[in-house]
Amino acid sequence: MERYEADTTLSYPCIAAAGKTGGWRDFKPVIDHANCIKCLRCWAYCPENAVKRAEDDSVSIDYDFCKGCGVCAHECPKKAIAMERED
Amino acid sequence: MTTMFDVGNKIAAKAVQLCRPEVIAAYPITPQTVIVEELARMVEAGELTAEYLRVESEHSVMAATCSAASMGVRTFTATSSQGLAFMHEMLHWASLSRLPIVMINVNRTLGPGWSIWVDDTDSMSQRDTGWIQLYCSSAQEIFDTVIQSFKLAEHRDVQLPVMINYSAFTISHTMMPAEVLSQEQVDSFLPPFKPYWRLDWRNPVTFGNVLSDEYHMEKRYTMQQGMERAKQLIPEIAREYEQRFGRFHGGLIEEYRADDAEYLLLAVSAVGSEAKVAVDNLRAMGYKVGLGRVRVVRPFPDEELRRLGKGRSLIALDRNISVGSGGIVYHETRSAVLGVAGCKVYGYLCGVGGRDVTYEDIEGMALKVIKGEMHPDVVGWWDLKTAGGN
Repeated sequence: MERYEADTTLSYPCIAAAGKTGGWRDFKPVIDHANCIKCLRCWAYCPENAVKRAEDDSVSIDYDFCKGCGVCAHECPKKAIAMERED
Repeated sequence: MTTMFDVGNKIAAKAVQLCRPEVIAAYPITPQTVIVEELARMVEAGELTAEYLRVESEHSVMAATCSAASMGVRTFTATSSQGLAFMHEMLHWASLSRLPIVMINVNRTLGPGWSIWVDDTDSMSQRDTGWIQLYCSSAQEIFDTVIQSFKLAEHRDVQLPVMINYSAFTISHTMMPAEVLSQEQVDSFLPPFKPYWRLDWRNPVTFGNVLSDEYHMEKRYTMQQGMERAKQLIPEIAREYEQRFGRFHGGLIEEYRADDAEYLLLAVSAVGSEAKVAVDNLRAMGYKVGLGRVRVVRPFPDEELRRLGKGRSLIALDRNISVGSGGIVYHETRSAVLGVAGCKVYGYLCGVGGRDVTYEDIEGMALKVIKGEMHPDVVGWWDLKTAGGN
């Protein structure tokens, strides 16, 4: 990737520049795999790329980076994701 | 090279066309409108290949110009007075982004009372926004300065936006001749813009992200360094232009009959050109008066003023006012020459709000200083109609 020679504020894409942001979470998405139909809406909608997709299209949450926004739970057509308060 | 005879604004537009801007965002405001109208005509007639954006306000003009410049293209816009004031927030954005935008501001009185006449407070009050500020006295100087400004703004060591200023009507709408360069000549002087950063999906960056307090002061420091470098580059680029095309309007300050002067007038734009006539007349009367026409207000030419101020009286003529302080060139000059041996700084507010400042007015102001009727600590209000003026 090209690095610019500019005296201004530029941020380059990298993994976890802000650290493990999962610690910001108040509510934690918990997937009920018995009800999951593998539609992948949660995976597509997650703004943080914190829903991980396996080879068989089953999904899991990367709690290191999930901020607990609840978008996945809102989008799930089977109500298979519950938002549980963090301890 | 051909001679063009037209108003200052049309000659400005001609220079802009020759610099090949790729994006022009515009919102009309008297007295600059002629510039963006002429550029619109050129785009419509196929005489200029540029994206011409008509947006809904001056704030949006500067936002659009910043956005376009962030994509790595050469940009231009023009404004005046209330329009410039409305851009204020985005002026900071442009300079902190190190975007080499070139903008013409035609100096016009801020209202109310509503006015379209000349006063330099509009641009002078934006002097802390990180823009280089140049002031022109003739159509020819505007033409040459536009071309030099893109080169200055886009220089690796500068990367700051440039605001070119000149007086409403007395320059913007006055017919004057100007020698106009050919496209080949301008192309040979001003290479295509090479951005130092840009928004590009093939090399993604986020711009304007949160920056912690660890780094802000350092960013300001690099801007200050850019300004200091511009102090060297403005005269250098002007001399290079002179070598190529034979015209030179001065470096940071144009000196006129200054060598043996005991009194040196300081003025910008139209008052600066009018003062030359006053200097000639005062010389004919036997007074050793010269002129330092201030062409650059940011970066402020402190070193030049210290050199010029040695053993002399400086007389600053301000067509602007920082209310609660006074004339801006006067105060900045006093600050610059503090401790310079034998230097006194006198100041006048004159023509504030657009009243004419004739060579006779300037002679009158100089003569009061020469005759010992002025005190350096007390700024004169020239031709004030209420009590307290000179």
